Amino acid sequence: MGTEEAETDLLTSDPGTSGRFGNFGGCFIPETLVPACQELEIAFREAWADEQFHSELDRLLADYAGRPSPLTICGRLSEELGTSVLLKREDLNHTGSHKINNVLGQALLAKRMGKSRLVAETGAGQHGVATATAAALFGLECEVYMGEVDMERQALNVFRMRLLGAEVRPATTGSRTLKDAVNEALRDWVATVETTHYCLGSVMGPHPYPWMVREFHRVIGSEAREQCLKQVGKLPNTVVACVGGGSNAAGIFSGFANDSQVRLVGVEPAGAATVGRKVPGVLHGSLSYLLQDEFGQVSEAESISAGLDYPGVGPEHSYLADTGRAEYHCVTDEEVVEAFGLLSRTEGIMPALEPAHALAWISRERADLAGEVVLLNLSGRGDKDAAQMVEYFK
Amino acid sequence: MQVSLDNHFSDLCASGRKCLVPYLTAGLEGWIECLHAAAEAGADAVEVGIPFSDPVMDGPTIQQASDKSLAAGTTPDSIIANLAKSPPPVPTIVMTYTNIAHHMGYDRFARSLADAGVSGAILADLPLNEAGPWCEAADASGVATILLAAPTSSDDRCRAIAERSRGFIYAVGLLGVTGERERLADSATMVASRLKALTNKPVLVGVGVSTPDQAVEASRVADGVVVGSAFVRRMLEGASPEDIGETVGEFRTALDTLL
Repeated sequence: MGTEEAETDLLTSDPGTSGRFGNFGGCFIPETLVPACQELEIAFREAWADEQFHSELDRLLADYAGRPSPLTICGRLSEELGTSVLLKREDLNHTGSHKINNVLGQALLAKRMGKSRLVAETGAGQHGVATATAAALFGLECEVYMGEVDMERQALNVFRMRLLGAEVRPATTGSRTLKDAVNEALRDWVATVETTHYCLGSVMGPHPYPWMVREFHRVIGSEAREQCLKQVGKLPNTVVACVGGGSNAAGIFSGFANDSQVRLVGVEPAGAATVGRKVPGVLHGSLSYLLQDEFGQVSEAESISAGLDYPGVGPEHSYLADTGRAEYHCVTDEEVVEAFGLLSRTEGIMPALEPAHALAWISRERADLAGEVVLLNLSGRGDKDAAQMVEYFK
Repeated sequence: MQVSLDNHFSDLCASGRKCLVPYLTAGLEGWIECLHAAAEAGADAVEVGIPFSDPVMDGPTIQQASDKSLAAGTTPDSIIANLAKSPPPVPTIVMTYTNIAHHMGYDRFARSLADAGVSGAILADLPLNEAGPWCEAADASGVATILLAAPTSSDDRCRAIAERSRGFIYAVGLLGVTGERERLADSATMVASRLKALTNKPVLVGVGVSTPDQAVEASRVADGVVVGSAFVRRMLEGASPEDIGETVGEFRTALDTLL
């Protein structure tokens, strides 16, 4: 593996020791944490080149998480939209979302590094639940930071994390959402770095996280590509995924990055259209596009979905947007709620609000997508959102 | 007035004086008067925090101060303008986070600091490996970049950090964020003595230095201290510039016992 210079292939590349995707990425964190990130990079490089690590992770993904996740060809939805929709069913993974892929990888790595405690941030609670699950499985201590606002709108996941033995701590500053949970997790890590691994939940943060988390989610894209060829006999025309930090999108995009004819589309909430606005900034360890005011103060994102309610985005997405390999669009909360109902009604599948963004885009663009094969990464299931939707429809 | 921090701090150390650098969050009520009071009470330089919305290296006190300052409409430009209008009589160092400088543009930020007479800058989330472009811009404007060294930094890293740091090396006294602590962490004197063995540049301990006694304890090994939350808490509690001056004076008196 090349460690000095970044390779040029998008989404398959190793960003090198500087952790750069073009100009984006890097490792902008207090000095206290730099040695830990360097240690993590070395540990990940070794593990990722180690067959035994891969076989252990593959076994866990299969026997514990339930991989491979199926690819569902939608009948009634496709008929309604006039485009052939395929769903990559990450909602069927253990814990209900794609987050488990990354967490099992990081927990194995933490064990390998001799760390006894995991700390994590969570927005919708899916990453927190996955982390608490892995901690229970490996006998690790676990603390999850969650914005106070999110604890309220995702009460079910708070209960799940606590049941799994994790401490859930509210982030009570700022917007009291995902961004503030990351702040608190970083502050915890600054104080506990000797015994603790920061189990970061998306393709963001300081190097090596954006790269490592993408690699742990690569399995989504690899499986989906193979399943497409097998089940529909060809590659999809378009691959669509929601983007908050961007982990599920990075995972599924990575399977198709080298198929230049496949269009890659990331969908952001209108209130958190980070890539859409294209203003670079430094937050939570990396240089990437960032929602901010005219003075560089980070803006508060606004979204119905706690999982996408984040003013930043993974640095590789900024790079993909800049190079034009992927495009990023946004949808409104209203369109998302409609898509949430649409998939439930037509396919008997209640999506999480996050991937409902991706469906909302497909639904809106149906005329342009007519006759195509469109692959949607269904990154999580909607049970966690049911209570919030009950209130919404009142 | 902008001065060379390299000369300023090495002259102080050569005279045997332990350096005292109080930190205040800009934009709190009376902050400029507090800076002047601190200087008159014996501060060797003052550190001015430009608040950032997401201060991950800061504990509750400075978080609260930052929020309060931002809520009052403080901007980097307004702070710099105020510093230019009534410059403290000792060298001024600005402390903030990378995005504030990055958003303005490293060159423009460095130049505006220089124009306001600021002598140094600390960016809490800009470690050595990423510091190159900023350091060049700062050097070009005569602004000294002070880098942090942490208890977790290896000797090799400490050496490289010391090499690039201007004015002094900011030794992070503990594993954790800024804030007052009951006692001085053992790591404070450990990291200071490690650094003292690796460099001839002045070494000041900051983070977790909360009382005159702790300042003395740290300065038995180090060349001085940076004290922040102890002053910022008092400002949040409504302390007047005279009160801040008095507290700074207590640190000064204690440190002078080491002369």
